[in-house]
Amino acid sequence: MSKIEYTSVEGKSLPYFALLGGLAFMMLLAIGSVFYMEHEGHHVTGMTNQIVWGMPHVFAIFLIVAASGALNVASIASVFRKKIYEPMARLSALLALALLTGGLVVLLLDLGRPDRLIIAMTYYNFKSIFAWNIILYTGFFGFVGAYLWTMMDHNVYKFKPYAGFSAFVWRLILTTGTGSIFGFLVARSAYDAALMAPMFIIMSFSFGLAIFLLVLMATYKWNNMELGDAVVNRLRNLLGVFVAAVLYFTAVYHVTNLYATQHHDVEKFLLLDGGIFTNVFWVGEILIGGIIPLALIYAPGVKNCRTTLGLICTMIIIGGFSKIYTILIAGQAYPLEIFPGYEVTSSFYDGVVNSYTPSLPEILLGLGGIAMTLFIVAFALKVLRFLPVSLADSVADPHSAK
Amino acid sequence: MKDSKTTEEMNHSRREFLSKTAVAGTITIAPGVLLHSTAQASGNTSTKASDEEVSNKNRWGMLIDTAKCADGCTGCVDACNEENGLVGHDRPATDTQYIRKVTLKEKSTGHELSLPLMCQHCETAPCADVCPTGASFVRADGIALVDKHICIGCRYCMMACPYKARSFVHENVENQKLTAPRGKGTVEACTMCVTRVDNGGIPACVEACTAEDHNAMIFGDLNNPNSDISVALKEHGGKQLRPDLKLNTGVRYQGL
Repeated sequence: MSKIEYTSVEGKSLPYFALLGGLAFMMLLAIGSVFYMEHEGHHVTGMTNQIVWGMPHVFAIFLIVAASGALNVASIASVFRKKIYEPMARLSALLALALLTGGLVVLLLDLGRPDRLIIAMTYYNFKSIFAWNIILYTGFFGFVGAYLWTMMDHNVYKFKPYAGFSAFVWRLILTTGTGSIFGFLVARSAYDAALMAPMFIIMSFSFGLAIFLLVLMATYKWNNMELGDAVVNRLRNLLGVFVAAVLYFTAVYHVTNLYATQHHDVEKFLLLDGGIFTNVFWVGEILIGGIIPLALIYAPGVKNCRTTLGLICTMIIIGGFSKIYTILIAGQAYPLEIFPGYEVTSSFYDGVVNSYTPSLPEILLGLGGIAMTLFIVAFALKVLRFLPVSLADSVADPHSAK
Repeated sequence: MKDSKTTEEMNHSRREFLSKTAVAGTITIAPGVLLHSTAQASGNTSTKASDEEVSNKNRWGMLIDTAKCADGCTGCVDACNEENGLVGHDRPATDTQYIRKVTLKEKSTGHELSLPLMCQHCETAPCADVCPTGASFVRADGIALVDKHICIGCRYCMMACPYKARSFVHENVENQKLTAPRGKGTVEACTMCVTRVDNGGIPACVEACTAEDHNAMIFGDLNNPNSDISVALKEHGGKQLRPDLKLNTGVRYQGL
């Protein structure tokens, strides 16, 4: 394969500035929402003493998980030495950093005391998986930043394999940490499962790659740059494997629970009686996020159709949100079993399924995180050379180059 | 001459003042000392000097006899709200509750009972384990607390608590009690009335239950075999909630 040439986007067109303006407006709305929530207190949100983590956390966790997965393409190139992925490694790392930034900003701005960021950075309880995550997130910026540097600066290019490998290992640890936030919650019936950590890793592969593909296709289309089928179909097939793997982990999680009598009630709630949560699980997570995209990925008639692939990626993202919504909100909605064998009533919603209606400010905050991610990517593509000039089959596919 | 007389008068009045103060002081302090020594013997309340560090010599706990807890009585809840300045905003989903009355009906028998539920003051508290900054912590004497200065309001402790004992301050707080500081955007829970306990008192809920003549709650030192709580536990036993989690809670229940 010939030497890859990189370019930046021109970024002078009206649509480009309209995109940045639109994203900036969404971020402004998010900032307004934060001021409103922090000034009034969290009672103006849908979150309560029962559902303590709500929509901002769904967005934040989705973005953080996807961040790790967006690094896939770079990892496959640097760690597993697959040449065809090499040209896209820079974009992959950039997207990973931008997604993590968006996710963390949402998480931070939903804190009861976001002004105490400095405390979160300086007081550590090392038994807390949350504290580990703070270190893991910071480290991710360091490792992926260094990796990006080795990719873009010829003076340090020789360190790229080491930087790539470190970033790869770190991101696996990072998503293990994110999954363990739930895996370590011993008291709640829907959590407390070691499976959460590997399931989150495979979720990251799927969600991250879906976002990467969307960004890649949009960028090349909007800038009239060539993106060949060889690259796209490779990524499409890989995406199929990841979507199937997420379905597999989801099945293992529920079947394991169904085997143990003590978990029958919570499974009945999640799979049959949970109302909105059951619907989100079957329709959002399994159907829209799993079965339909899987069928479309391997459907012969639409193999080279970019619109279908865009739809598939969008469905996987919707499914990803549904999955995190189910894990996070349904897991809290199911009542704590403090008194096994008793029917429980109290003034504090003991023994009842808790309801949750997300408020507008929460959703705006979450969308602001997505906007921030995309803004960073769009801006970075203009100021630095992240994009290969062409990803046409003749350039990207080593077999065509022969 | 005149000056020395004046000095003598002054000395006299000083002696008189000192002796009167000594008498008054003795009258004031003696019952306290007596109570102090009685309490020390019973192990029901703290005997720690105010400048003495909290130690693991004591393990403060509560024993709740569900047979004595009257259905419909909210004496403990009212006393707690008053003690800690907890004012509701008619928003039950977000209003703070340190202690709540729970009604239980046994599924197999239909047997009904009620009990107060609050922070169980676990020895190995999940809230303290998961807290990223260490704001949630358990004192050496077993009281689980939140350091309001370093709580960032992440609510992970609320996710981790098996008893749903914690509340998030969802709105501005006004007219706070000096002994019970609160803060919007931080997490809070039953403190076992730590200020009272440190001053040799008992928690407001226990005091109210006794005042109502229900006597369903006993407070005391689980480390002292002679304390009322230890004697009662030895005689009749007591259960922890979610014993499977092996948290060694400071609050125990009888009749469950």
